[in-house]
Amino acid sequence: MSNMQNLYLLVPLAPLVGAIAAGLFGKVLGRTWTHRITISLVAVSFLASLAIFQDVLAGHQYNGTVYKWMTSGDTSFEVGFLIDRLSVMMMLVVTFVSLMVHIYTIGYMQEDPGYQRFFSYISLFTFSMLMLVMANNFMQLFFGWEAVGLVSYLLIGFWYTRPTAIYANLKAFLVNRVGDFGFLLGIGLVLMVFGTLDYASVFANVHRYVNDMAPIPGVSWNLITAICILLFIGAMGKSAQFPLHVWLPDSMEGPTPISALIHAATMVTAGIFMVARMSPLFELSETALSFVMVIGAITALFMGFLGIIQNDIKRVVAYSTLSQLGYMTVALGASAYSVAVFHLMTHAFFKALLFLAAGSVIIAMHHDQDIRNMGGLRKYMPITWITSLIGSLALIGTPGLSGFYSKENIIEAVRLSHLPGSGFAYFAVVAGVFVTAFYSFRMYFLVFHGEERFGKEVHHPSTSSGQAHAPAAHAPVAHVVAHTDAHHPSTGSGQAIAHDDGHSPDAVHEEHHGLAPGQKPHETPWVVWLPLVLLAIPSVCIGFITIEPMLFGDYFKDAIYISHAHHALAEMREEFHGAFAMIFDDLTELPFWLALAGVASSWFFYMKRPDIPAAIKQRFEGVYTLLDNKYYFDRFNDWFFAGGARGASRFLWKFGDVNLIDGVMVNGTARLVGRLSGVLRNMQSGYIYHYAFSMIIGVFVLLTIRTWFE
Amino acid sequence: MIFGFHLLSVAIWLPMIFGVLVLATGHDRNAPLARKIALVGAVLSFLVTLPLYTGFDKMTSAMQFVEMKDWIVRFNIHYHLGVDGISVLFILLNSFFTPLVVLAGWKVIEKRVAQYLAAFLIMSGLVNGVFASLDAILFYVFWEAMLIPMFIIIGVWGGANRVYAAVKFFLYTLLGSLLMLVALLYLYTHSGGSFEILDYHEMAIPFTAQILVFLAFFMAFSVKVPMFPVHTWLPDAHVEAPTGGSVVLAAIMLKVGAYGFLRFSMPIAPDASHSLSGFMITLSLIAVVYIGLVALTQADMKKLIAYSSISHMGFVTLGFFIFNAYGMEGALMQMISHGFVAGALFLCIGVMYDRVHSRQIVDYGGVANKMPVFAAFFMLFAMANSGLPGTSGFVGEFMVIMGAVKANFWYAFLAASTLVFGAAYTLWMYKRVIFGAVTNDHVAHLHDITLREKFIFAILAITVLVMGLYPLPVSEILHVSVNDLLVHLARSKI
Repeated sequence: MSNMQNLYLLVPLAPLVGAIAAGLFGKVLGRTWTHRITISLVAVSFLASLAIFQDVLAGHQYNGTVYKWMTSGDTSFEVGFLIDRLSVMMMLVVTFVSLMVHIYTIGYMQEDPGYQRFFSYISLFTFSMLMLVMANNFMQLFFGWEAVGLVSYLLIGFWYTRPTAIYANLKAFLVNRVGDFGFLLGIGLVLMVFGTLDYASVFANVHRYVNDMAPIPGVSWNLITAICILLFIGAMGKSAQFPLHVWLPDSMEGPTPISALIHAATMVTAGIFMVARMSPLFELSETALSFVMVIGAITALFMGFLGIIQNDIKRVVAYSTLSQLGYMTVALGASAYSVAVFHLMTHAFFKALLFLAAGSVIIAMHHDQDIRNMGGLRKYMPITWITSLIGSLALIGTPGLSGFYSKENIIEAVRLSHLPGSGFAYFAVVAGVFVTAFYSFRMYFLVFHGEERFGKEVHHPSTSSGQAHAPAAHAPVAHVVAHTDAHHPSTGSGQAIAHDDGHSPDAVHEEHHGLAPGQKPHETPWVVWLPLVLLAIPSVCIGFITIEPMLFGDYFKDAIYISHAHHALAEMREEFHGAFAMIFDDLTELPFWLALAGVASSWFFYMKRPDIPAAIKQRFEGVYTLLDNKYYFDRFNDWFFAGGARGASRFLWKFGDVNLIDGVMVNGTARLVGRLSGVLRNMQSGYIYHYAFSMIIGVFVLLTIRTWFE
Repeated sequence: MIFGFHLLSVAIWLPMIFGVLVLATGHDRNAPLARKIALVGAVLSFLVTLPLYTGFDKMTSAMQFVEMKDWIVRFNIHYHLGVDGISVLFILLNSFFTPLVVLAGWKVIEKRVAQYLAAFLIMSGLVNGVFASLDAILFYVFWEAMLIPMFIIIGVWGGANRVYAAVKFFLYTLLGSLLMLVALLYLYTHSGGSFEILDYHEMAIPFTAQILVFLAFFMAFSVKVPMFPVHTWLPDAHVEAPTGGSVVLAAIMLKVGAYGFLRFSMPIAPDASHSLSGFMITLSLIAVVYIGLVALTQADMKKLIAYSSISHMGFVTLGFFIFNAYGMEGALMQMISHGFVAGALFLCIGVMYDRVHSRQIVDYGGVANKMPVFAAFFMLFAMANSGLPGTSGFVGEFMVIMGAVKANFWYAFLAASTLVFGAAYTLWMYKRVIFGAVTNDHVAHLHDITLREKFIFAILAITVLVMGLYPLPVSEILHVSVNDLLVHLARSKI
């Protein structure tokens, strides 16, 4: 067993070593050795995860302490691992996608001066995410939770000279902190009630508190409901659920590899994983499940709408991610945890694929991200084209591909749910199928088909997503393919923490972006397309292979608990007759036709009759403005929360500290003392006749008093 | 053991002796010598405190390394020293910082070098005296004496408005201390002529007297912590103090006040502590929320970190007065961590101030372009200040919030707002100072930190990380003492 334990340790520590090596010694190691070391260590982590997966399949589990972190009172806080089927699946997904992204980075960041720093960050991210999923207690969960947030912050702001990037990373961190605020209070309630933060002990005793009231003075909430909703608020931050979703679209300011790794495949799914891990708690509160489901449904549908009007290739994919995270959340609310985790897994593959493909397009387009400037790219970059098509088909739920199995089952689970709000959720997820298909293929057609719009004199401004705050600044990353770009300074210096010289925002030249007139895009080098191909394979087949054990078999039998009252999954199990049968069954179902309609209408609107969208846009300008401003959430948050906090801060400081405490109390006292002593000082004038006069008056007063009282 | 059983005396007097030696070098033309002597003295003084950790018995809350000698027999005053799990950590913290402060001022301070360094060494000894005293008068002497070097440091090597700040600092703290003396005299008579602090712990005191004693101590300690609303001296003192002064002020001086609550107020007047806990908690939460907000829009970096310190110290007093183990151990961890983190942040600001001679946020922007290594260190300390798990800043905040949930959910609710506010003011400052494009010529001409500065930051960074990832070696020192203190506090003394 101790061999296995070493293997468990190896999984998170290998990337950590890589991160430290690249971060501290990147300068010494140079670029090549930095990526060699970090990539092989992540590969080690992936292989170790595979070995552990084998072991877990053989029936072994592990729940043990690595070391004691602290003791307080009678409680001991520990760092430990829980290796079961849920965590090992996450470990595989995380290490595999991370490995792909590491390889891809070689190409994408090739000429970036922060090369080593970037590798250090993504390896550190891998470590943090692994600590999160392998945790066997809430404290370590919170550690991983915040650590991935930190790395996300560092990576969104990777190009720290760009105002939009450092605005976006601060926003992401703070919005996540709002979620963590609830999360930490939820952990506090768990510790208070159960006296421990260890998952196993909490889950084992949870049934004893089902009918208890939460120990929150002034409100009468059910204990479990309160805990679950507080924990879920954390998930809303991390998994970008409405109304804490605002940070995710802006996070696209980061380099594309991390959009794929962090803001699509892994970190944002931490909330989904957490709720699935907490299934023994959530199952005991239908109120909390209902809440989860409604929040998820709102996110799934309304964020999908926003995807329709985006013109920035990464932002389309980002809104698609938001919407898909909403789907997973809905599944959690419907008690279909395994379905949510299943969608998490399939989504990790095809969404990472879509992001990396978008990055490949961006490279080929010389960092023009506006899909209106693309078109007809399929001729020039066949591998990117085919893999993008696969990713898009998987995303919209084409029968047989991985997204199909997961999404279809989410819809089914919601249909069978009887919780309050499930009617709305069902509408949202079904309507979402059309929306998903529409925006996905809108992007696909505009990028890969139709007229070649690149290399023209007139360019659309590259980002047009209603960014209110700052001018769109662009990725000063290397142009991997076209080294012909004379404007690009060659930056080969390898510094651990380097700076992108020449890329200060005022130096962001419009001519840097997009192909020069007459220039043609090229397929990207193998380090970029190989990960696309490797991700396309599971995007096609992972659903087909794993649906039976994961959803309807007993793969998750010990890791996920489902109350008998919630029988959606059980009913689905009875109706399930194999992955093949599911494909044919689906052909008569509504979602299939909706997806088909979505593809067809996007073809009609953007390929056949491109004049129609413009007409619609004019006709429904109000709706368009609302969507273009992302329902005014950012405006409101900026005005109310950010502005409000600054206003309150200034007022409290000026009024409270400066005027009241220092002005009146402290310096007021000093002035008072000063004035009194001034009076006294005036008496000591030094003139004899003053003193003589006071003496005479004094004697006179004393005599008067004396005679008076006698 | 080399020094027999006089380890505490050595910890107190060794830095002072070196301080006097440094003074003896006199004129500034001997500055290199003064620096060397000071560094040797500071390092030695730190090394001699290490046996306090290694030789510490974690299983007992009794006083250890006790020294007892007659001092003023007429009033039954003793030279009585000893440490328990609570005070020993602060002696270590204090001694740890002295070499760093000496190093931090190595090239920066060029006027009256010997006096500057001597002030720090002497102060270091005095602070150790405060933490080691078991005799109330001895404590009081160290307590007041400690003010003098700090007053001089701010008043002589401070900024433009240094005299106002120094006087404000001195008067504020002195005023509080005088009431403490009154309380000590009351306790002296009430106990039938003893100045033994430990006697006071066991002594029954009527409720009204307890309240008065508590309030008298409160005046002394709350100013030092500082608690709202007697905190306004701290931002001024920090802004005017030289970097080393700010570091010691934040890392050590503030802890003395909080330590006073644990050594005097609470064990001597437990009933009063319980009945006034609502008041204390309210003030603490105001410190966390109100000061957290006030910090947000500060234009001066030092002022911002000063307000951040007040907010973090709010966690400490909150942790004390919710009367449970999570809260109290968390509060002590917070005190130690805040020492490292706030000290490091003031050093960071000092590094920039030395180069640009401004503390205003608007004068910076894009520093990362020119000082990448510095930016990385600053990032770590900023994150620690925001309470990121894995750094020492997390441990205390986490534990206190856990304890607060136990006491009353809404305390925790307000306290946890620091997750947002703390991150907001720290990282917003960081963003405006470090990130972005190079904004002006001053920044364009910055050079990255030197080996000496790297060394200081590396030591602090390692400490912050180790304590965040593995706080057990620290927490197990204080564990038994805290538990026994909580048992003691649960007993009525009326």
